[in-house]
Amino acid sequence: MELFRIKRDIPFMSYGRLTTAISLVTFILAVFFLATRGLNYSVEFTGGTVLEVQYQQSADLNLIRDSVDSLKLGEATVQSLGSSSDVMIRLPNKPGTTSAQLSEKVMNLLKAKDSTVQLRKVDFVGPSVGEELVTHGLTAAILVCLGIMAYLAIRFEWRFAVSAIIANMHDVVIILGCFAFFRWEFSLTVLAGVLAVLGYSVNESVVVFDRIRENFRKPGLRGKTTASIIDNAITATMSRTIITHFSTEMMVVSMLVFGGPALHGFAMALTIGIIFGIYSSVLVASPIALWLGVSREHMVKPVKPKEEAVV
Amino acid sequence: MNRYPLWKYLVIAVALIIATIYTLPNFYGETPAVQVSSTRQSITVDTALMGRVEEALKAQNISPDGLYLDGSSLKIRFKDADTQIKARDAIQHALGDSYIIALNLLPASPQWLADLKAYPMFLGLDLRGGVHFLLQVDMQAAIDKTMERYAGDIRRELKNKQVRYGSIKRNGNVLEVQLRDADTLKAAQNVVSRTLPTLVVSSDDAAYKLTATLKPEEVTKIQGDAVKQNISTLHNRVNELGTSEPIIQQAGPNRIVVELPGIQDTARAKDIIGRTATLEVRMVEDDQGKVSDALAGNIPAGYDLLDEATSHGDSKILVKKDVELTGDNINDAQAGFDENGAPAVHINLDSTGASIFRQVTAENIGKRMAMILVEKGRAEVVTAPVIRSEIGGGRVQISGSMNPAEANDTALLLRAGSLAAPMNIIEERTVGPSLGKENIEKGFHSTLWGFAAIAVFMVIYYGVFGVFSAISLAVNVFLLLAILSILQATLTLPGIAAIALALGMAIDANVLINERIREELRNGVPPHSAIQAGYGHAWATILDSNVTTLIAGLALLIFGTGPVRGFAVVHCIGILTSMFSAVLVSRGLVNLWYGRRRKLTSLAIGQVWKPEK
Repeated sequence: MELFRIKRDIPFMSYGRLTTAISLVTFILAVFFLATRGLNYSVEFTGGTVLEVQYQQSADLNLIRDSVDSLKLGEATVQSLGSSSDVMIRLPNKPGTTSAQLSEKVMNLLKAKDSTVQLRKVDFVGPSVGEELVTHGLTAAILVCLGIMAYLAIRFEWRFAVSAIIANMHDVVIILGCFAFFRWEFSLTVLAGVLAVLGYSVNESVVVFDRIRENFRKPGLRGKTTASIIDNAITATMSRTIITHFSTEMMVVSMLVFGGPALHGFAMALTIGIIFGIYSSVLVASPIALWLGVSREHMVKPVKPKEEAVV
Repeated sequence: MNRYPLWKYLVIAVALIIATIYTLPNFYGETPAVQVSSTRQSITVDTALMGRVEEALKAQNISPDGLYLDGSSLKIRFKDADTQIKARDAIQHALGDSYIIALNLLPASPQWLADLKAYPMFLGLDLRGGVHFLLQVDMQAAIDKTMERYAGDIRRELKNKQVRYGSIKRNGNVLEVQLRDADTLKAAQNVVSRTLPTLVVSSDDAAYKLTATLKPEEVTKIQGDAVKQNISTLHNRVNELGTSEPIIQQAGPNRIVVELPGIQDTARAKDIIGRTATLEVRMVEDDQGKVSDALAGNIPAGYDLLDEATSHGDSKILVKKDVELTGDNINDAQAGFDENGAPAVHINLDSTGASIFRQVTAENIGKRMAMILVEKGRAEVVTAPVIRSEIGGGRVQISGSMNPAEANDTALLLRAGSLAAPMNIIEERTVGPSLGKENIEKGFHSTLWGFAAIAVFMVIYYGVFGVFSAISLAVNVFLLLAILSILQATLTLPGIAAIALALGMAIDANVLINERIREELRNGVPPHSAIQAGYGHAWATILDSNVTTLIAGLALLIFGTGPVRGFAVVHCIGILTSMFSAVLVSRGLVNLWYGRRRKLTSLAIGQVWKPEK
């Protein structure tokens, strides 16, 4: 079976203006939603208490909401979690009461209404922890970017490094934008997913760049312009790009289907990351590299003993 | 031409064998067990204890599946949870309170695997259920307490040396001593800097004021000690909960993580962690008449009959109800040696404690005093030494008839009464056991079905090469699970997600290789050279893309906390194993399959489409 039967190189670079424009619009939209709606941070970031309870039959959310509100614990959120019998109750931090008292109070109340209710999980996070998580998360993201840039600059060329990172950040911002737009919960696991995308999506750019470098060295393609060499590289790796992402996405879909609420956000972040990862590496990173003026001289060093390491 | 030298096959074979052995324990599941360990160093868990436990079980007609000593604890396996609980009660009854008797789950893998140190993966709380606390130690309070103690010390030293002073005030972390004139200022400075070398002393000659602050290294030491003491106190308290594998660790300079797998009752756990035990010093009554009355069940008014736990067994001791001194007056208790080189416990009292102690000892020479630890309303005599002489100065030494382990235990118990500094719970997680099981199931199913989908697709799309890819992907899973089992890294739900993702991403390498081989075939390269060139060209790309992914993984590992870290560990290991399996193992399979065929005309790598010229 061969799915991709491409006869001629697709002139991706001539669409460069259009594709980067599309990217720019999505990017700006994502930033806009991040700024206006903001991320729906999980309790790990904001501090507070989250209880997960399970009923034998489907739960009456309004009844639970009313009874939790009657405790006057501040603004409580009550929502179903995956199925109708699982309920998540989120309470803000309140000075003076400990989480043990809080969860006990709520559970006693719910038990009084329906004795079948079971406490499945309690998360309590104090207010100081969240800020640290944000700073650590940002430091991690910055370090990832710097590390990848340094590596690409050494292995390839700084122009590639810069364009790969721009493409990458664009993916990450779009994932965050989606989470802001749909008000999906942004938890630590999602953060892990986002940072994994940062590494994964750069893969994609690396594969294309590798091909571009190889093409520059090929004697047969010597007379070609840089744009057509890039086009050829993208076309040649097209089939691999799509099959790889399709395979990874199968795994992610499996997590979406079987993983339950705990892995849902993680899988969602990866799905968006994978889709935009293809797009950005092909249609954002390469045009930027072209505009930064990448050329044969940058890639083919005059003294080069061997064409490529062969294992 | 596509042949591996023998050593490469051997490397692959050895890796596979090791991977299989160390993955195996994960498939056996767990059996219920009871774990007996000692709270004190002086009470050892040995074969004698094993005999006692065996007898106790026999008396109740309970037959254990296995009984063995493992380091400092005794583990007894049972076939089901009911017997386990019955056995726990029987053992508890037979051994009494000096031992911790906890319910536990032990891996059910055969002994030869355990001998090879092959254990199942260590599951995190989100997979096995339990409680997690993050506690923050209030360092300022620890410093304040120390400064108060120094204020008392200065007061005492100045009085001893008959230096007259106006007042001693604590102002934050600074002690200010007001003196009358230049002479007393100088004298005071001499006294303080000589007797209390851990203080930095400076004087204000115009205002006749002496200021003392802690040396920076002393501050670090106090903070370090505070965390250490709190951890050992927590250990003592957590032991009472009867958890089999509690984790109590320092996390950062001023935080402590407490993880109690299997505990569901958070309220009780918090109660015990936050509880304050008190230490009381009371006088012992050795009048034979009263003691025998009390032992006969007729305790005289104003007295208590308490237990004294020693290494020779428990005994009873009669003490007065009047409390002479409490643990609040004890600054520190350390095990050490006396002037004759015998093991001893050194106690450091604060100034109030010191003056009371001097008075009490002066009045009661020749009598015994008992140090009693009161916890949960239960009083136990830690030690009851004889007073030999009047003791002033707040430095008390208890010695005689103890070995170093007992000295250690006594010091620990005397300190256990107090936390060095108060702690606040800043993070708490409780996961029910059913949720833990469900999480494992969900993670397992996601990985399984994702893997199946990828394998089926690869076989359909790439034919025999797809089979090779699928096999090397399966090898990848085994390697990853084996390494996680060997490292005993904590596996969490994000960790399972990372396993799934590692597989989803590892297939990239195989796709790259297969596509490259097809491309070479498309260009009319003969099959053997196509394989060679395909792997060769793909390798550079695979290396680059994996290194960049690894950079991201390492950053996550360094800066991640909690779930992110659990993800990162598996992610990083997954990248390394996938490079091994996707390149080396799949090439090995290809070489085995095609390597010996000289006249190879085509490869079963799916249909290779060639554009019409």
